Amino acid sequence: MITTEKLEKIRQEHRPILEERLIKEDKVVIKGDEILLKGNYYKKQYRIALRNCGIVDPGDIRDYIAMDGYKALSKILREKEPKDVIEDMKASNLRGRGGAGFPTGRKWEESFKKASDKKYFICNADEGDPGAFMDRSILENDPHAVLEGMAIGGYAVGSDQGFIYVRAEYPTAVESLKKAIAQAKEYGLLGENILGTGFNFDIELRLGSGAFVCGEGTALMESIEGKRGMPRKKPPRTSHVGLWQKPTILNNVETLANVPVIMNKGVDWFRSIGTEKSPGTKVFALVGKVANSGLVEVPMGTSLREIIYDIGGGVQDGKALKAVQTGGPSGGCIPASLIDTPVDFESLAKIGSIMGSGGMVVMDENTCMVDIARFFLEFTVDESCGKCTPCRIGNKRMLEILTRMTNGTAEEREIEELKELAEIIEDTALCGLGQTSPNPVLSTIRYFYDEYEAHVMDRICPSGVCKALLRYNISDDCIGCRRCVKVCPVSCISGKVKEVHVIDQDKCIKCGSCYDVCPKNAIKIG
Amino acid sequence: MVNLKINGREVEVPEGTTILEAAKKLNIKIPTLCHLDLHDIKFVNQSSSCRICVVEVEGKKNLQTACSTAVSEGMNIRTDSRRAVKARRTVLELLLSNHPKDCLVCAKNHDCELQKLSADLGIREVRYEGEMNDFPIDNSSLSIVRDPNKCILCKRCETMCNNVQTVHALSEIGRGFDTVIGTAFNLPMHESNCTFCGQCIAVCPTGALTEVNKISKVWKEINSDKVVVVQTAPAIRVALGEEFGMEPGTQVTGKMVSALKLLGFDKVYDTDFAADLTIMEEATELMHRLKHGGRLPILTSCCPGWVKFIEHNFQDMLDIPSTCKSPHEMFGTLAKTYLAEKMGHKPEDIIVVSVMPCVAKKYEAARPELGLGGTKAVDYVLTTRELAIMIKESGIDFANLQDEEFDNPLGESSGASVIFGATGGVIEAALRTAYEFMTGETLEDVEFHSLRGMDGIKEASVTINGEKINIAVCHGLGNARSILEKIQRGEANYHAIEIMACPGGCIGGGGQPYHHGDMSILKKRMQGIYNEDRGKAIRKSHENPMIKKIYEEYIGEPYGEKAHELLHTRYIPRKKM
Amino acid sequence: MEFKFDKEKNKENIEKFKKTVQTYKDTKGALIPVLQGAQEIFGYLPVEILQLISVELNIPISEIYGVATFYSQFSFIPKGENIISVCLGTACYVKGGQEILEEFENQLGIKAGDTTEDMKFSITSTRCVGDCSMAPVVLVNDDVYPRLKKDKVKEIILKYGGVAK
Repeated sequence: MITTEKLEKIRQEHRPILEERLIKEDKVVIKGDEILLKGNYYKKQYRIALRNCGIVDPGDIRDYIAMDGYKALSKILREKEPKDVIEDMKASNLRGRGGAGFPTGRKWEESFKKASDKKYFICNADEGDPGAFMDRSILENDPHAVLEGMAIGGYAVGSDQGFIYVRAEYPTAVESLKKAIAQAKEYGLLGENILGTGFNFDIELRLGSGAFVCGEGTALMESIEGKRGMPRKKPPRTSHVGLWQKPTILNNVETLANVPVIMNKGVDWFRSIGTEKSPGTKVFALVGKVANSGLVEVPMGTSLREIIYDIGGGVQDGKALKAVQTGGPSGGCIPASLIDTPVDFESLAKIGSIMGSGGMVVMDENTCMVDIARFFLEFTVDESCGKCTPCRIGNKRMLEILTRMTNGTAEEREIEELKELAEIIEDTALCGLGQTSPNPVLSTIRYFYDEYEAHVMDRICPSGVCKALLRYNISDDCIGCRRCVKVCPVSCISGKVKEVHVIDQDKCIKCGSCYDVCPKNAIKIG
Repeated sequence: MVNLKINGREVEVPEGTTILEAAKKLNIKIPTLCHLDLHDIKFVNQSSSCRICVVEVEGKKNLQTACSTAVSEGMNIRTDSRRAVKARRTVLELLLSNHPKDCLVCAKNHDCELQKLSADLGIREVRYEGEMNDFPIDNSSLSIVRDPNKCILCKRCETMCNNVQTVHALSEIGRGFDTVIGTAFNLPMHESNCTFCGQCIAVCPTGALTEVNKISKVWKEINSDKVVVVQTAPAIRVALGEEFGMEPGTQVTGKMVSALKLLGFDKVYDTDFAADLTIMEEATELMHRLKHGGRLPILTSCCPGWVKFIEHNFQDMLDIPSTCKSPHEMFGTLAKTYLAEKMGHKPEDIIVVSVMPCVAKKYEAARPELGLGGTKAVDYVLTTRELAIMIKESGIDFANLQDEEFDNPLGESSGASVIFGATGGVIEAALRTAYEFMTGETLEDVEFHSLRGMDGIKEASVTINGEKINIAVCHGLGNARSILEKIQRGEANYHAIEIMACPGGCIGGGGQPYHHGDMSILKKRMQGIYNEDRGKAIRKSHENPMIKKIYEEYIGEPYGEKAHELLHTRYIPRKKM
Repeated sequence: MEFKFDKEKNKENIEKFKKTVQTYKDTKGALIPVLQGAQEIFGYLPVEILQLISVELNIPISEIYGVATFYSQFSFIPKGENIISVCLGTACYVKGGQEILEEFENQLGIKAGDTTEDMKFSITSTRCVGDCSMAPVVLVNDDVYPRLKKDKVKEIILKYGGVAK
């Protein structure tokens, strides 16, 4: 069994080996104690949760130890009472990175105060938002950060049993976690009598089975219990009555990865980063029509503009920014006019979106906002558990209205009806997922009402996305090269060689093949 | 105690009270749909999934469900705000947008909670229309029709089937918009482990679960050349009146007989007669087992839901239920043998119709081992509800009918047979007879109050000839399961146990008028049963003169050879699912 | 196609699976890991295996079925070695995708969504795969067959070791 002294010895012995390897690989800049990844993309970031990603070998626990890993756990187990750990967490005001932003310390405290023969500590690694991969990166590249965060949390609340609920669609993450858990047990950093302090904490892996709703806390617990992953009614809070009716803490991956650093560097340090109400950093998956896509970790309060332009290099192909979607299917679309909004829980909520788990999709002028709302609703309908009426039937009806809008068969009154229905679903759905599912609709109606009007009243898709509303026409720029004729799958283009061609509108299926091959950009969409 | 305000009015309620209950105290009605709390039988469906009962709670971002939210000190609630009412109406419209609108021809017309809610909320249009579920209707079974398209996923049936009855025939399948309540592998009900107790029907708020309707078949027989005889179970006479606006528990025996005659049945008999016969056989069988060291406890076997339950779940215990056929099957057998001879008809020219509080009886009637050669002992089973429809259909003014008497010889009965209709009644009736058989003394006080009432499992000991006889009574299959498991583990020391599948016994059967969650109805029916018993001159089965006569004339000795041939049956091990 | 689970052929797998079940017997909430094990070993969830789970874990079969149908990872029909995906997006449909699908069905003697008895092929129809200019498109596993003609169907089946009519 490893002792604190032995842990320190490994750190001292292994640190130079790690540094040597990193220097050889020419990936990093070493500044005193700090090891930072090289490159402009990383320069403007502040990496806490991702601190070890790309630096440590996730398969070698010694690398993690060399980066001060398990130092916080060892210190806490020797020097701190659980209630002091909770006080620190409260003081740090670390807020849940999974979406809702509930203060982690307060959650821990609730569970801590609830007397029970058994308590559970779960890591929510069921990252399901399309276009989000923050947690995956941490799980794959720095699994020990999560394990250490859980062990600290387990000690604080009085739990000896942890679970990690991870998506089966992340096989690399699963392998990485398995290996990390085995190594941590081997080193006596998990399991019984951790570091000889008498503290026991074990972690079991549970794999998701393809249900997005299991990212919702109570549904996740139902799933671990071996049931259909359907959310429970709240209250009671899960910190009081959770897994197998016992007090249970559920924290997401990124939240947990923050915990050891906060414990090592202190509350004041952490609170010096970010904003007053949202201290620390947040990781975003910056994707979509952005020049440099990837994971970005920045202090809370950084503006969207800084993230998209300074780090992401702006919109792809020099096009105009139309909107930024944050928070996945539960989030909203923020118009370009609000690009100076600082990114923190309150500011995003104020403008009708949410922080969510960190998906950030950049949309340019060629994105149709009605179609985007429809896209997210389609996802929600596919993933609704079906328990409550508003989500099961309401979202289906919203999707049907949006589908009618995008194929040009909606009636004028339906914009208002859609809005009203969205508001009622938000107000009446059973779980957080159902309550936030109208966000993509409500935010696009709020900021892009003109696009809805164009679809419904003028039967036009201004962005040229909704196929049913498109008209492909060939302009006089046509040189009669016949390329379009050859690719048209329905043979609806006619014309003589070297003369302007014509598209038969009745036959055209709007697949866009002609548009793609035209060498003169003579094909116009309107 | 907690103080709160609802719609501006103050109220004080104990901690843990829900908003719904607190509002009730102020006579404020909050509509509900999925919620159902039958605490008498330990049935609580609090899935808070339909979202109909949403109310506005000051300080809460979202609307809260009144059925599942506990009150807290200083809460300020509006149940009638525009926001709450509008949300409620929209949620209802959403449910209706995925519900067939063929109410006029639905079996639950006038008894449907969804229909009533739409009427109460004054819904005049459904704004959100779209795709509707299109699941196949399962009418494979002889008892229950399942139309998942009418299901609103309240899960009451699932709670009943799994938590109360522990049958586990039903489960939610799939997810999202396509979620459906069904059997494992979507097997037809007929091939599932369903016991057909019909308690799912009893709690279903809509027409998703209903009984297999045999009315037109019975009309056809009545209008044929055949001799159509009808028998009515003990529990019908205290519930049928409800269908005609009478108080639950009203004894309408005489009116019922007269209505059946008006409907055109050739003879109107009483299953109670056969219940007396059952007591003769069962009491003798118990004495036989006691005397010859047979396996104990003996379990009653009147209830077909319970019989199918033990066949599926306790295959190693199939030698402990009494081998007695259920009363209406005994009746059917005698109608087609004894009665046929007496009337001078061929058995195949007699049609036996049973009016039962039960849907499992429909399935039971088709069990091959209960048949007589090529014909069934009982040809058709109608529920109380179906009988009421026939009476209404015929334009009979039920409430103003004159009382009439059952026909004989199979119409005379004792008070002991009447109490078969309530939980504990069979064993009480058996005790009245067994006591006198075993001691040769007269039993003065015939009422065994410890065996009555709604407690799930009741126990009593009776000393007969200095020997202590331990009795248990349970109703509801979940209670039956726990008592059988106790026997399996060797922890129970009973001599006789009465088991009924339905909570409350037959008065709470799956074929009875809908109680809509009002358990006091069951208690009133129970009282009606005991009143009927008290009003009878003869209260012990073996004192029924017609019973004496039939043994003398036809059957011979109770539990004798001919009795075995006519009145006893066997049990078949079935797949444990 | 009515699929029959061959207990004899799966003898080893069944033994392997029984061991998996044993390791989970005392685990709380074992059902889903056990179902995942079955899906991995058998490629789908055979009825017989679900019944075995019901007995071993003492969970009603209706509940198991309810759980298994909730999660999209679980399947109740086995998939073939080669998965033929016929695109029925608008362009492919117009260019005869439906005919191509029918030809595959005829040649293999199964319907879309089913698997051949020798477990070599499964046919599925898919939504638009985004190759409209090459319609009609068929995917066999990850191989793309653009502008497919009906008379080429047989050739493709043979190429993947199948037997065509």
